[in-house]
Amino acid sequence: MSVGIIMLVHTALDRAEQVARHWTRAGCPVVIHVDSAVPTPVVAAFRAALADVPTILFSRRHRCEWGSWGLVAASQDAGTLMLATFTDVQHVYLSSGSCMPLRPVEELVAYLADRPRTDFIESATTSEVPWTVGGLDAERFTLRFPFSWRRNRFLFDRFVALQRAVGYRRPIPEGLTPHMGSQWWCLTRKTLSSILHDPRRAVHDRYFRSVWIPDESYFQTLARLYSDTIESRSLTLSKFDFQGKPHIFYDDHLQLLRRSDCFVARKIWPHADRLYEAFLGDGAGQGARAEPNPGKIDRIFARAVERRTRGRPGLYMQSRFPNWSWENGVTAGKYSVFQGFGDLFQDFGDWLARATGAQVHGHLFARDRAEFADGQSVVSGALSDSASLRDANPRAFLTNLIWNTRGERQCFALGPRDNVWINWHIARDPNAQVSVISGAWAVPLFKSDRGFPELRREAAALQKIEARMLDELRAPDVKARIRIWTMAEFIEAPMEPLQLIIDEIGPRQPRRLAEAPRMEDLTGFGQFLQNLKNQGMHPYLMGDFPVDPPPRHGQRPAKRPYLVKKSG
Amino acid sequence: MKVWHSYRLRLQRRRWRIRAFRKRRELRAVADRSATIRPDDLLVFSTARNEGVRLPWFLNYYRDMGVNHFLIVDNDSTDGSRDYLAAQPDVSLWHTTASYKRARFGVDWLNWLQMRHGHGHWCLVVDPDELFLYPFCDTRPLRALTDWLDASSIRSFSAMLLDMYPKGRIDAQPYAAGQDPLEIACWFDAGNYAISRNPRYGNLWIQGGPRARVFFRNEPERAPALNKIPLVRWDRRFAYVSSTHMLLPRGLNLVYDEWGGEKASGVLLHTKFLDTFGHKAEEELARRQHYGGSKEYIAYAEGIRDNPELWCSWSEKYINWRQLEILGLMSKGNWA
Repeated sequence: MSVGIIMLVHTALDRAEQVARHWTRAGCPVVIHVDSAVPTPVVAAFRAALADVPTILFSRRHRCEWGSWGLVAASQDAGTLMLATFTDVQHVYLSSGSCMPLRPVEELVAYLADRPRTDFIESATTSEVPWTVGGLDAERFTLRFPFSWRRNRFLFDRFVALQRAVGYRRPIPEGLTPHMGSQWWCLTRKTLSSILHDPRRAVHDRYFRSVWIPDESYFQTLARLYSDTIESRSLTLSKFDFQGKPHIFYDDHLQLLRRSDCFVARKIWPHADRLYEAFLGDGAGQGARAEPNPGKIDRIFARAVERRTRGRPGLYMQSRFPNWSWENGVTAGKYSVFQGFGDLFQDFGDWLARATGAQVHGHLFARDRAEFADGQSVVSGALSDSASLRDANPRAFLTNLIWNTRGERQCFALGPRDNVWINWHIARDPNAQVSVISGAWAVPLFKSDRGFPELRREAAALQKIEARMLDELRAPDVKARIRIWTMAEFIEAPMEPLQLIIDEIGPRQPRRLAEAPRMEDLTGFGQFLQNLKNQGMHPYLMGDFPVDPPPRHGQRPAKRPYLVKKSG
Repeated sequence: MKVWHSYRLRLQRRRWRIRAFRKRRELRAVADRSATIRPDDLLVFSTARNEGVRLPWFLNYYRDMGVNHFLIVDNDSTDGSRDYLAAQPDVSLWHTTASYKRARFGVDWLNWLQMRHGHGHWCLVVDPDELFLYPFCDTRPLRALTDWLDASSIRSFSAMLLDMYPKGRIDAQPYAAGQDPLEIACWFDAGNYAISRNPRYGNLWIQGGPRARVFFRNEPERAPALNKIPLVRWDRRFAYVSSTHMLLPRGLNLVYDEWGGEKASGVLLHTKFLDTFGHKAEEELARRQHYGGSKEYIAYAEGIRDNPELWCSWSEKYINWRQLEILGLMSKGNWA
């Protein structure tokens, strides 16, 4: 009783020789198929090198191009030779030249001896698996593929399109249900010889010859006809990346491979000397009799595919520069933008920092410099406060800041006095929380003692800019969390909106706010607005302010006209 | 329009190749060992001028990585580096006294050498002050990368220029031949790089880092480009257009993913800012042989005089490639 190994070889023949010797040392006969593209003198040298081992045979050579029939034909011939020559072989294991046994071969032999009637072949119906790369799943069995996908992609695609257009479908031979799966299988003698000596083999071969990638479906489909017990998994650890090509193992995967407890892994990089030494050397791989457990390797390669296809959200770099709206995260983390709060409240920044623990910057997009928190001139990532560096690419400035400070919430002020080009980038970023008190830009004007004509001019300009900003924030395709209050609305009950914003920023303090930021004294603000109006400049963004401040809930009751004072 | 654009670029590529072909006369072989190059050798191409002190480390760094042969143009060095290079068994050396500037900053010379000797090879084009890093470079040789690129049908590999600088004055610590320059210049800027796309050639345009922060803070558009594509499976029909920032055909510039994913990429650690820099800046200023009327060097010379420190409190200290990967300066892509 033993296991016969079929090896399909096309490059790195020295490594193949090493692996073949390793198999035979443990008593497993090996049949090697060498790709017919390998030059004859090279093959001759290879055969001569292995001539001293009687249990290594060479089968008839075929051209094994990827996805071609040659791979199946090579497996068939090698299998036939194996079954005919080595009569004590109970299981036949199909492997490649870049496969490597990770556990002692005796363990594999014992494992298979315990399961004498089980075929290990990954085999699933096409309708139920989403593996296929390239979109051809069921169609690979019903169309014809005379052109090579590798060498003649254009004709391949056109011919598929043509067959789809005319509705061509070729019949599947009676009794077959198309299945597919990994091409690296391990079949019992009974199943393999039933497939190879099937009276209808000629029909099957003719059919599969023009199926696309028959090596992933020929044995996988036919095994379903004859097998008693199919374990639908491959004993070979083989991971595929998003283009459908196998991941390669290197020296630094040694510990991972050790712990995987898999019997065979592919592909091994031919120059991975440490791996070959560790697993093929003497007394290599003393493990317990564990079931294969490639979980960790699975995770690593799944992460690699994820990184290649989705990337790290909010990162812009030399090899990730997503097209518009393909960013998968415009920025790397959540942040808050406050407009008008710093104008209305005297100590808003300090208060916000105390209430949330976030990093609170000033006006990051101010005209003269980026006002970083604590007056720094450089922040995380050596991001400079230079306005010209920032304005050369404001979007990169923002995404850099958020990327550099991952894990710490950023808050900053924006207003119509700043470089507001960034506003609509913020508006379309789901990570942004934008809170606006419209019209609050008038408070600093009201407080200043500059000449009125100048104030009027500036008020008009600021109102125009802020109106445009609000339009951007109200556009139908904005993604940010946006709240806009008019100033009149806001000062009616300032604590409620503040509580709302703070709660959204983070659950640092689930309790009610204990202190409020100190509001500027607005006595006379209504009159100031009225003066602007009288000059023909109508400020409307702040809402309706009466000329006289409204009476505050009976604090200062107006004189009651009809009350007669008791004279003393 | 698209066809017309492609056609113009094709003409341009032909022009660069003819130019490179004509400039071959400016090169005189000092030690031509190119006959020893085997078909799958990894090659490094470089131009050098008075870089003698850096060469021992440079050559050993790339030898350890698995580079088989160096093809170097010596631009009239006067510091004895020519003899040193000529004596190395794995170096082919050409000498020229012609103008660096009129050879488009050495691009024409290297385009010619690559056309002649690089066809079918993986070619790495680096300056003597550039140290190439790629994912897993501490455990896998360069050939592991190029084999993987071959298997993935990738022809060009991006490695952004990352300016390294010392803490304190640039000229405070003297650099000795054979020393690891990263022992002195081990700091870098982690996250102040601005990227835009070049619609004409399809490459990315990256600016930023300490040079933009210190020397070009008031005219950032003039800051030097940091995007580089130094590793290419060369074909004699290819041509670098401007340094190794971009090449033709355009497809080779598409080293970045546009649909949200990350392609694999590396970093070129740029160890220009050693004590040799001030001297070099002055010399280059006098020769006026560098890009854009040597504006870069004028800015450096001024910047160095006023504020000789590139280091700031947010500078990051270099540890290894994994650190750069986490910081988002390079990526493993789907290589695992």
